[in-house]
Amino acid sequence: MVLTINGKSVTVNAGPDSDLLTVLREELDLTGTKYGCGEAACGACMVLIDGSATPSCVTRINSLEGKKIETIEGLEKNDKLHKVQEAFLKTDPFQCSYCASGMIIATVSLLSRNPKPTDAQIVDVMNRNICRCGTYANIIKAIKLAASS
Amino acid sequence: MEKTEKQMSIHSDPGQNYLNRRKFFKLLGGGLAVVFVSNDLLSLASNRTFIPIPENQIGAWVHVGEDGIITVFTGKTEVGQNIRTSLAQVVAEELQVSLDSVRLVMADTDLVPNDFGTVGSRSTPQMGAQLRKASAAARHELIRVAAAVWKTDPDTLVADGGFVSDPTNKNKMSYGQLSGGKRLLVPISDATKVIPIAERKISGTSVPKVNIKSFLTGKHKYVSDMKVTGMVYGKILRPPAYKSELIDADTSAAKAIPGVIIVQEGGFIGVTANDPWTAAKAIKVIHANWKTSPQKARSELFEHLKNTGDPGRSSGIQGDLSKGLREADHKHKASYQVDYIAHVPLEPRAAIAFWEQGKLTVYTGTQRPFGVRDTLAGLFNIPKEMVRVIVPDTGSAYGGKHSGEAAEEAAKLSKAVGKPVKLVWTREEEFTWAYFRPAGVIEINSGVRKDGTITAWDFHNYNSGPAAIATPYTVANQQNLFHPADTPLKQGSYRGLASTANVFARESHMGDLARMLEMDQLDFRLKNLKEPRFKAVLEAAAKSFGWGARKKSPGNGFGIATGFDKGGYVATCAEVSIINNRVKVIRITEAFECGAIVNPAHLHNQIMGSIVQGLGGALFEAVDFAGGKILNPSISSYRVPRFSDLPEIEIVMIDRKDLPSAGAGEAPIIGVAPAIRNAILDATGIGLTALPLIPDGKVADNVSG
Repeated sequence: MVLTINGKSVTVNAGPDSDLLTVLREELDLTGTKYGCGEAACGACMVLIDGSATPSCVTRINSLEGKKIETIEGLEKNDKLHKVQEAFLKTDPFQCSYCASGMIIATVSLLSRNPKPTDAQIVDVMNRNICRCGTYANIIKAIKLAASS
Repeated sequence: MEKTEKQMSIHSDPGQNYLNRRKFFKLLGGGLAVVFVSNDLLSLASNRTFIPIPENQIGAWVHVGEDGIITVFTGKTEVGQNIRTSLAQVVAEELQVSLDSVRLVMADTDLVPNDFGTVGSRSTPQMGAQLRKASAAARHELIRVAAAVWKTDPDTLVADGGFVSDPTNKNKMSYGQLSGGKRLLVPISDATKVIPIAERKISGTSVPKVNIKSFLTGKHKYVSDMKVTGMVYGKILRPPAYKSELIDADTSAAKAIPGVIIVQEGGFIGVTANDPWTAAKAIKVIHANWKTSPQKARSELFEHLKNTGDPGRSSGIQGDLSKGLREADHKHKASYQVDYIAHVPLEPRAAIAFWEQGKLTVYTGTQRPFGVRDTLAGLFNIPKEMVRVIVPDTGSAYGGKHSGEAAEEAAKLSKAVGKPVKLVWTREEEFTWAYFRPAGVIEINSGVRKDGTITAWDFHNYNSGPAAIATPYTVANQQNLFHPADTPLKQGSYRGLASTANVFARESHMGDLARMLEMDQLDFRLKNLKEPRFKAVLEAAAKSFGWGARKKSPGNGFGIATGFDKGGYVATCAEVSIINNRVKVIRITEAFECGAIVNPAHLHNQIMGSIVQGLGGALFEAVDFAGGKILNPSISSYRVPRFSDLPEIEIVMIDRKDLPSAGAGEAPIIGVAPAIRNAILDATGIGLTALPLIPDGKVADNVSG
């Protein structure tokens, strides 16, 4: 199968019903996208599919032909961080940071639809993502900083 | 004194775990090394040809290289508490260099001194203090070397920015020049002078997380992200329930899958394959028969813990309990229950193991790299030196990764198949085959006089543990007793461990007593506390919360609780709103004091994280089980706090620059549950007695306190 990942066409050997998360991590070595639950309940594995944050653990690759997949590795362009990454860098919100990729992807998706979200809108959209270290308040700060930059 | 290579050559005996100095400098090149050992041991060196330094005498190494790079070697692990950053801050401060010239080599058992583990909030008070001294000793030594070169008084020289200079002339040498070409080994002692608190400029400030960019770009490699050449993927066949015995297994279908190798040793069955899908498929087609046995269910848990409770070891009764109860105007007897909860680290257990010429190397996420090394050495019956455990910065632990199950399993598979094996646990495996925070039953029988004097306090904890069991309140007649019991589930450490249960029961009971006395919750506590640090956090939290000053909306309640654990004093205030029995925590104010603050932003994160994680155990987290099976082994069935659970949080950090720094990963969690419980009591008159308080989000009408 041919997938479009981070702006490049990539041929993958995995079977068509393979989950995108494992293809990214094990076949393509794009390990920034994390496994957390395997049931679309934690957000650690989120990637952008046509700009929308989607859990890759339950996404079969046969549904992705012709779609644009972006992972955390694709956000930084020409050695320049994405403005969402820049805002998270300035806020320094995380502890173990294992949830960071999913949080950043979810934020990119949120702000692309709603550039100036209210607190309630942030909570509503981000509720799919878990930070077990409990740094939610800091993450909200980072999202607001990204929205204002 | 500077010592020559000949004088200092250290006895190397692999069986004895001595510091091998030659290996050390071979690894690092020349330079200045500072080890934390007692002076007595090094003083032997001048008369002998070797210095035997037992591993347990060495806490950490600091090395100043010929390139001026400062390398720190410590056995502590980074599991999200940002200790890599706060330790680097301490070292940069004492050596007067920028943070980016400090490198930390952490948790690699071949490279770092032996360490008990990243447990019990000890990294900041112990490792931080040791590294501060070691770095200060390095600075003194660099200045001494410069003074010897310039034939001047060391006290007139200044170390700053990686250079030692003489302010009276133009003499200036870099740390690299001063340490280069030499092999200096310097001891430190308790007398080593560190930079006075008032003059510190790096520790005490909010520098960003070290390597933050690698985490925000997905570049950081957690163990589950790593690959090694020639690696295959492992998967383990799990029994259907705990305490199961394998009767037989038909592995023929799995064996028939190309690339699959079956590894069977007694009841252990695992497979390896060239990709994770094939490994998972192979496990699925193994048909095994197991003998299971009846086991306790959650519904029988508390009765079982009480029934199997050991009589307990009392530290002795103070005063006379029955006299205390006779003197009381009000008596109160209550029983509290605390469920098992799971750590749910977002990165499940993972390991990569390989064998080279009889030596086992394992990458794994654990809080106890040396403990896991010793376990592996025992498992394979090989010397400890033949096992190397390396812990990259890990996707959280919260006390849940003291063990190395995935490491053991990967090592077994790797040994059998002769290839490196990667094994990453699924979420269900993490929920089922790791361990839990202990459940417990706590019984309190107390008496109090009308004026608020507590006359009797008889406290019994079954199973959850003795941490923070002693009451901080003044009580003439008291007993605090821990009764170990038979635990149906595997249990172990957790953030705050038993102090959460003990503080929940104690502070709930105190809430009830204050209510019986019609006394203000804060006043009742202050009246019975002597320790000024307790009073300080209580008053700070109350002030910020607006205790006594703020008006309650109808249906709302205020609660307060306080506690002490592992060097940290905490007071928590909570406000709840209850509409149609549905409880919402709308505000938490917490004051915390753990001595001198090293990194305010990261301390703030630790407190915030403890509060948010504490909400889960307080409100809805509980492990459900029956017949040796976990019934909610997934994130969709085991609810953890999310963005929508976040109340308004106010944090007051009290910086006691005059006191040594304590750890902060645990104590801030302990006040959350009782503060919320007491707020529900305030709003409804209902005194809940079990954690979690409101698993379905509601407080029932028929619960009474």
